[in-house]
Amino acid sequence: MSTTLAIRGGIVVDSTGTRRADVVVDSRGSIVAVGAEMEADESLDASGCVVSPGLVDLHVHLRQPGHEEAETVETGARGAALGGFTAILAMPNTTPTVDTAAMVNEVIGLGRGTACDVHTAGAITVGRDGETLSPMAEMVRAGVRVFTDDGTGVQDVRLMRTALEYADSLSYLSGGRPIVLAQHCEVSALSKGGHMHEGRWSSSLGIPGQPAEAEELMVMRDIALARLTGARIHFQHLSTARSVAMVRSAKQAGLLVTAEATTHHFTLTDETCASYDPVFKVHPPLRTDEDIVAVKQGLADGTIDAVATDHAPHTSEDKERTFADAPSGMLGLETAFALANTELDLPIEEVLALMSWRPAAIAGLDPVHGGPIVAGGAANLAVIDPGATWTISADHMASRSTNTPYVGRVVRGKVRHTILRGLPVVVDGEARM
Amino acid sequence: MTGPVRHLLSIADLDRDSIEQILDLTESFAEVGERNIPKVPALRGKTIAWLFYEDSTRTRLSFETAAKRLSADTMNFSVSTSSVKKGESLRDTVSTIEAMGVDGVVVRHSAAGAPNRIAEWVDAAVVNAGDGWNQHPTQSLLDLYTARSHLGDLDGRHMLIVGDIKHSRVARSNVSAFTEMGADVTLVAPRTLLPADIDHWPVEVTHDLDSVIESADICYLLRMQLERQELAYVPTLREFHTEWGLDPRRADLLPEHALIMHPGPMNRGVEIDGSVADRPNALMTQQVANGVAVRMAVLYLLLGSGLDLVDERLAAA
Repeated sequence: MSTTLAIRGGIVVDSTGTRRADVVVDSRGSIVAVGAEMEADESLDASGCVVSPGLVDLHVHLRQPGHEEAETVETGARGAALGGFTAILAMPNTTPTVDTAAMVNEVIGLGRGTACDVHTAGAITVGRDGETLSPMAEMVRAGVRVFTDDGTGVQDVRLMRTALEYADSLSYLSGGRPIVLAQHCEVSALSKGGHMHEGRWSSSLGIPGQPAEAEELMVMRDIALARLTGARIHFQHLSTARSVAMVRSAKQAGLLVTAEATTHHFTLTDETCASYDPVFKVHPPLRTDEDIVAVKQGLADGTIDAVATDHAPHTSEDKERTFADAPSGMLGLETAFALANTELDLPIEEVLALMSWRPAAIAGLDPVHGGPIVAGGAANLAVIDPGATWTISADHMASRSTNTPYVGRVVRGKVRHTILRGLPVVVDGEARM
Repeated sequence: MTGPVRHLLSIADLDRDSIEQILDLTESFAEVGERNIPKVPALRGKTIAWLFYEDSTRTRLSFETAAKRLSADTMNFSVSTSSVKKGESLRDTVSTIEAMGVDGVVVRHSAAGAPNRIAEWVDAAVVNAGDGWNQHPTQSLLDLYTARSHLGDLDGRHMLIVGDIKHSRVARSNVSAFTEMGADVTLVAPRTLLPADIDHWPVEVTHDLDSVIESADICYLLRMQLERQELAYVPTLREFHTEWGLDPRRADLLPEHALIMHPGPMNRGVEIDGSVADRPNALMTQQVANGVAVRMAVLYLLLGSGLDLVDERLAAA
């Protein structure tokens, strides 16, 4: 027997526009009505809030299997729900790597019954070794739509070409949905040994740097491959001004490229590394003020399609090392919407496009996620108070880790409720599961 | 180092007055070193731990000698980088040492900023004995002391720093230290051995050693780190020596009063010709000797009773 839930008093925002309406969902997972003064078994207050399709994150590290001390699929999914996400795409760099259908099923299985819809990307190469193509077809059959060796880029250009052409052939297994290769752009011969952005700060801090060009050279190379193969490439976590410019002109040339930028790459600069605190160590590294301006511009003009988190939990022990010895990565799921809403200077409709329907389309998750809020649609929703200000603290996060670089930062925009398949998984900012 | 400075992490934390105070105090301690019994009770009852994550016989011996002359107790926590990578976090290691009750921790680490991190976690005074490419403040103080004792005021003096600047904590420290004391610093190296984006550094940069050698008051040579040769920053050491080494011909071009300095250990025949290293104006041995007195001054200032008591204590000793 199903029950119904009305979300009352909010402003509905989706890819079709903005209007004032109540939304009634049922516990079987559908939107049953959108309108005014409708009856329902229960209701949630959405006054002062925006009711949006749930947010979609193309880039999270859930650490399971292999590093459950830092995060599990369950805790990561809970953090995602608290951040307004109804779908997340887990990166395959677990231990072992997600490079077989069996591993895909393992992660998908761990995601069942959690507070968020958990999808996983598959690795492009076996063990992310950059040498041997992984069995992509069996992973597509298991539901994978995105492949990446994230954490490292595919260095071998010939292998990357092969991967693009092979993956492009597999949409007959996905009901015609495109298969996307997502690239972590970094020429490792040039970045090797670097722990932060190479520039005036790395030079004065004595921390080995890696130049922006390490990213840009692979963006340039992969744009050439997109032209050569006609296949789809998604650029992960673009961080430099010239990367953004290259993707802009590739799009103008009609190539099938998409891109994401992380919240930290439009919020923090390399100057933060002067604390020597590895909470600011991340890959690609934090860049300069000019790069932040360019990333924001890219998000504003559509060059960059999506805001992602690159949520990368690490235990305190792992971050209580020197800058050189500590692993890269920072938390992002529970702060992403607020940072985008605060830092980007975009209307909320645009912020939601970058965080919901555009990433959903890239990962082939629409219209179940990111689809229009209409009767018959999937009931995956975020209810967000865009005006609420709050101070970020590591103490109350759902993540098993605490490596957020934003402690003490005052931000605007708070997720009030999250609805997953018609069920309230977050109510008044508290996780229900 | 006046006021509440608790640690010595970077030479850039010290202004000119503080540096001069340390150098003046160094002079008193240098005098202690010349006594029959070169020991004062200034740090009796204080315990200093050596936390050396990177091998360094010379710097450690220098600190050890300094501590002994001040009557401090010392303990050695020698950690090889490999054993650290296996397990214990830096924080746990440091907490362990502090639990033993130490007043000071002298840290050498291959990672830039390691002493800064440690200083956040402990109550003990932290002295940076070299961190990665970043800083080596006591080396700079002993270099300043050595240069000052020969040239007097360093204002307007021209210092060349020659060789592998990019990977050198000594270079970074000395740029701060010598420019703070008014010297004009020129870095001399091929671009492969210079850090990126240093336009804002208060230095001149040239690739041509011969173009500046005749105007040098100090020619400071850096150790070529032979272990980095795998990355081929220069085609051969022979070519490096030809272009950027201080050979007898170049040493003859130096003004007569000019000082030749090197933080050691030297690669004779690479950055410096063997015969040049033995010239009377080559001060490497003096640098080592002064290192002990400078480190006595630093340990005393951080762990002792403070600057104002120095003269009394020394008189009483």
